[in-house]
Amino acid sequence: MTSTLKISHLTKRFQAVEALTGVSLAVEPGMRVALLGHNGAGKSTLMKIVLGLIPFDGGTVEVCGAAPGSPRARAQVAYLPENAAFHPALTGEEQIRQYLSLRGENPRQAMDLLARVGLADAARRRIGTYSKGMRQRVGLAQTLIGRPKLLVLDEPTSGLDPVSRRDFYALLDGLAAEGAAILLSSHVLTEVEARTDRILILSRGRLVAEGTLADLRHRAALPVALHVTPANGYAADLAAVLPGARPGAGGQLHLDCPQSEKLALLARIAGQGARVADLDLVPPSLEDIYSHFSRRDGQ
Amino acid sequence: MIAPILATAASEFRIALRNRWVAIATLLMLLFSLVLAAAGAAPTGDIGADRLSVTAASLTSLAVYLVPLLALLMSFDAIAGEAERGTLPLLLTYPVSRLQILLGKLLAHLAVLTLAVALGYGAAALAALLVDPDAAAGLPALWRLVWSSALLGATFLGAGYALSSLSRRPSGAAGLAIGLWLGLVVLYDLGLLALIVSDGGGGFTTEVLPIALLANPADAFRLFNLAAAEATAAAGGIGGAAGSVPLWQSAASLLLWPVAALALAWAAFRKVTP
Repeated sequence: MTSTLKISHLTKRFQAVEALTGVSLAVEPGMRVALLGHNGAGKSTLMKIVLGLIPFDGGTVEVCGAAPGSPRARAQVAYLPENAAFHPALTGEEQIRQYLSLRGENPRQAMDLLARVGLADAARRRIGTYSKGMRQRVGLAQTLIGRPKLLVLDEPTSGLDPVSRRDFYALLDGLAAEGAAILLSSHVLTEVEARTDRILILSRGRLVAEGTLADLRHRAALPVALHVTPANGYAADLAAVLPGARPGAGGQLHLDCPQSEKLALLARIAGQGARVADLDLVPPSLEDIYSHFSRRDGQ
Repeated sequence: MIAPILATAASEFRIALRNRWVAIATLLMLLFSLVLAAAGAAPTGDIGADRLSVTAASLTSLAVYLVPLLALLMSFDAIAGEAERGTLPLLLTYPVSRLQILLGKLLAHLAVLTLAVALGYGAAALAALLVDPDAAAGLPALWRLVWSSALLGATFLGAGYALSSLSRRPSGAAGLAIGLWLGLVVLYDLGLLALIVSDGGGGFTTEVLPIALLANPADAFRLFNLAAAEATAAAGGIGGAAGSVPLWQSAASLLLWPVAALALAWAAFRKVTP
C-alpha cells in the first residue's frame, strides 16, 4: 500500500538552530500516528512542513503523492492548528459554511458537521462568545470537511474535557476506519496510548523512538517496581530473602527489577507463602517510557 | 476559481457589517457629502454651471481625502489581523490560492466602499436636484465620480493589503497606512506646490508636473474628474493643472493603479510565511 505521508531525511534550520534533523517517517492510510515531544521538540515545525506552510532545507516530503502545499496536496489534507482561532464576529455556522465553500463542498452540510462535534446548539452564536473547548470543536468540525486523506492535528485535545476527549477519539477511529491517515501531536503520552497505532517520539528535532506502545515498552526495558507488604511480624524475614529491598512506609518493602527477572522474583515472593500479606506490581508508567526516550538524547 | 473568491467575499462582507464598517463608512460619506452640498448652496450662477456639477466638483475634493482613508482603514488589518488572530495558517492550508483570498477581500471591501460612496454622493445629488431643476445636467459628472471613486478605493485597498502583508502586525500596518495616506494625499501635493512656486513656470511645471500628478493615484483621480467635468474653474489649487493633462492619460492612470496595487499586494502576501 502506498503511504499517504512519506518523509525521508527531513532537515529544517531556523538560522543556526536545527529544528529538525534527518527525520524519516511514513503514515499509511487508516493509520493513527501520534507525534510526541516536549515543547520545542519540532512537532509543530514538522506539521507546518507537511502542510506546506513553511519551506524545508533538506530531504523529501511527499503528501498524497504530491509536494506539500501544492494544490493537489492541500485538497486532500485537513489541518487543526494548536489553539484553533476564528474570526470572533462570525457564528460557528457561518465559519463552517465558508470553509465548506472553500473546499468546493455544499455549505448546507455546516449544521451536520457542527452536530457531529456537539456544537449544534451554539452554531448560531458568534465564535467570540465560545469557550476554548468550543473553538477547538469548530476547528475539529472543519477537519471533517470533504473526506480528507490525511489529517494533521496539532495538540487536538488541548482544552477539551475528558468526555469531549473520548468523543474526539471516537471520531478519529471512524475516520481512520474509512481510510484516512491521521498524524496528531501531543505532549501527553497517557492520552494517546489506547487510540493510536503508532507512536513517534521527537526530541530536539530528532526522531528518537518509533513503534507501537508495546514496542516502546519492550525497547525501553525499564524496571518493574514491586511493593511487598509483609504479614504481621515477618518484615525482617522477608527483608532477608529479598536482598536489595528498601523499607518504606507501613513496613512495606520496595523492589525494582528488570523485566527479564520479573517472573523469577514473583515466584520467590510467592514462595514465602503466608509471610506475604500483599503484593503490588507496578509496570513502568507511560510517562516513564516517554521520559526515557525523550531524555536519552543528550539530556 | 470564482467560488472561493465569492465565499471569502461573503464572509468578509459579513465581518465588515458586524464590525460596523459599513455603517461608519456610509455615515461618514453621507455626513461630509451633505455638508458640502449645503456649503455649495451659495450662489453659483456666475460660473455658469448647474448646481450638481458644482457639487460634483466639491465632492471630488472630498473624495480625494476620504476615499483613500476609508480604504486604508478597512484594509490594513486584512492580512496582519489574520496573522495575529492565528487564523492565517489554517486558511493557507485550504485549497485556495493567495490571489483568490486577496480578491475575495477586495471584492467585499470594495462593495462596502462603493455602497458608502454611492449613498453619500446620492444624498448630495438629491439635495442639489431639489433646489436646482437644471441640476440633472450634472448627473454624468456624478456617475463618473462614483466609478472613479471605486477605482481610487480599489487602489488604496490594494496598497493597504500590501502594507498589511509587509508589516505582519496590525499596529505596524496601521502606522504604515496612515503614513501612506499622509504621503500620497497630503504631503505629495504640498511638495509639488512648493516646487511649482520655486520653479516659477519653468521646465518643472510644464514637463515634470503632469507626470508627477499622473504617478499619484489620488492626483490622477482629481485630474480626471475635474478635467472631465469642465468645472475646473469651480475648484482651485492643483485642479488648475487639469487642463494640461489629456483626459485619456488620467483615465489610464486611474485604471492601471488598482491593478498595480493588487499586484503589489499579491507579491507581498506571497512572501508571508505563517
